[in-house]
Amino acid sequence: MDLLEVKDLHVSYGLSKILHGVSLSVKPGELVSLIGRNGVGKSTTMRGIMGLTAPKSGSILWKGQEILGRKPHVNAKDGIGFVPEDRRIFSGLSVAENLDVARLPVREGREAWDEERVFSFFPDLKRFEDRKGGLLSGGQQQMLTLGRTLMGNPELLLLDEPSEGLAPLIVADIAEKIRELKAAGLSIILAEQNLDFVLSLSDRCYVLEKGAVVYSGTAQELSDNHEVQDKYLHI
Amino acid sequence: MFSNPTFMFIQVMNSFALGMNLFIIAAGLTLIFGVLRVVNFAHGAFYMVGAYVLMTTTNLIGNTTTGFFVGVAAAALVMGVVAFFIERFLLSHLYDKEHLLQLLFTFALVLIFKDAVKMIWGPLQHSISYPPAFKGAVNLRISYYPAYMLFLSVVGPVLAIGLWLALEKTRWGRLIRAARLDREMLNALGTDVKLVFSAVFVFGSMLAAMGGALAAPRIAVDPGMDGLIIIDCFIIVIIGGLGSLWGSFVGALILSSLTVFGTLIFNEWEIVLVYIMMLAVLLIRPWGLFGHADEERH
Repeated sequence: MDLLEVKDLHVSYGLSKILHGVSLSVKPGELVSLIGRNGVGKSTTMRGIMGLTAPKSGSILWKGQEILGRKPHVNAKDGIGFVPEDRRIFSGLSVAENLDVARLPVREGREAWDEERVFSFFPDLKRFEDRKGGLLSGGQQQMLTLGRTLMGNPELLLLDEPSEGLAPLIVADIAEKIRELKAAGLSIILAEQNLDFVLSLSDRCYVLEKGAVVYSGTAQELSDNHEVQDKYLHI
Repeated sequence: MFSNPTFMFIQVMNSFALGMNLFIIAAGLTLIFGVLRVVNFAHGAFYMVGAYVLMTTTNLIGNTTTGFFVGVAAAALVMGVVAFFIERFLLSHLYDKEHLLQLLFTFALVLIFKDAVKMIWGPLQHSISYPPAFKGAVNLRISYYPAYMLFLSVVGPVLAIGLWLALEKTRWGRLIRAARLDREMLNALGTDVKLVFSAVFVFGSMLAAMGGALAAPRIAVDPGMDGLIIIDCFIIVIIGGLGSLWGSFVGALILSSLTVFGTLIFNEWEIVLVYIMMLAVLLIRPWGLFGHADEERH
């Protein structure tokens, strides 16, 4: 059974329609990517799944159960972790406090995330434990926002553009961390514009254009399909 | 008169005691605004309810020191329960609406509370005596000083430090600070932000009522007492920075000092001093002495 199955999701902000029937699925342990240029609806899809933006219609099945319209905190407690594009660090809270406010009980049979595990996963953060989140560099903030969501012990991670605005070395670092999380059994939806980044990590990819899925296939298939790449992904 | 050290000492002490009473009330207002982003005009009305509940309690169980403290607790408790229902069934529906609606709503509460107070307790003015334990004056060597004012001077700082510790060192405090910075993100991380809002509104309202109960023995209790205090509170949070705990502490001290010393120098014109101060702060630091100009909001 799919862990998550999104069917025909429609989302509007006021009068402007953002998503026109997005469908996708994620199997346990799978890393699935949403690729597309800026403004095609990647973030909105993730916000819709999380419950942050109420979809107008469609269906979101989480472990076979309909969760459309459910509140974000309920989804978080149920194992969906959201890592926002703009990182959304609590600037006035220290690194340790940022982690603490995101702590949620662990579900059975999993190793719980706590501060110690986050710091051993991101050793760089340990040194800044008492520093205010707003004073961290972009790369450190990306690690913190990822670590913070992990504190909620998610089964599915919604990762929105983790490579955005970061230096290539740090992007490679983040990619390695994502690989480790996948290896540990976490399911991940990754939204990205950076094609190389996506192809090196994903099992399957969905290409989005104007609020709809225009192509889906394995990472290998997309890598070989230059027509789709030229049409939807290259600038 | 300014060359008389005893006289000056008493004025300084008075400023502090008055400031601390104001701080307790303003802290509630600033806390509520910081988290809910709602400017609660009814905060003064909640203060008034606190004073009346104290009066009723001491009438019921007698004007003893115990009676007084039970009254302060009852004031906070009654207002807490009322605030819970106000938030849960009315205000919570307005968070997503425009600010004007929220302002109109809290203004409506002011009118409703005023009439409710008149219906329950009548339109007349009441005076409440000091609790017996704080009736006299204490010898502070420089001069004798009213025990009750001294009591207020202790309660204020204790409460300020307690609140600060609670905000900094407890998980609830951290959640409140996180909600203040980015409520949507906190929600996505698994916290029911509505619960945080409810708790903060109830607690902030309890502070108003407690401030009212503590003020009751040194003022006249009547159905008009809410109007003056809400103006004072707004001045305090504008000077100190809306949303800042220490801002309201310092703002309250500035306001009380200007009032006490301004009255001595300009007699009835002291209020002008206060407004000049407020104007100066608004011109130089529009976000207040302890506020932040560029706070991140979502």
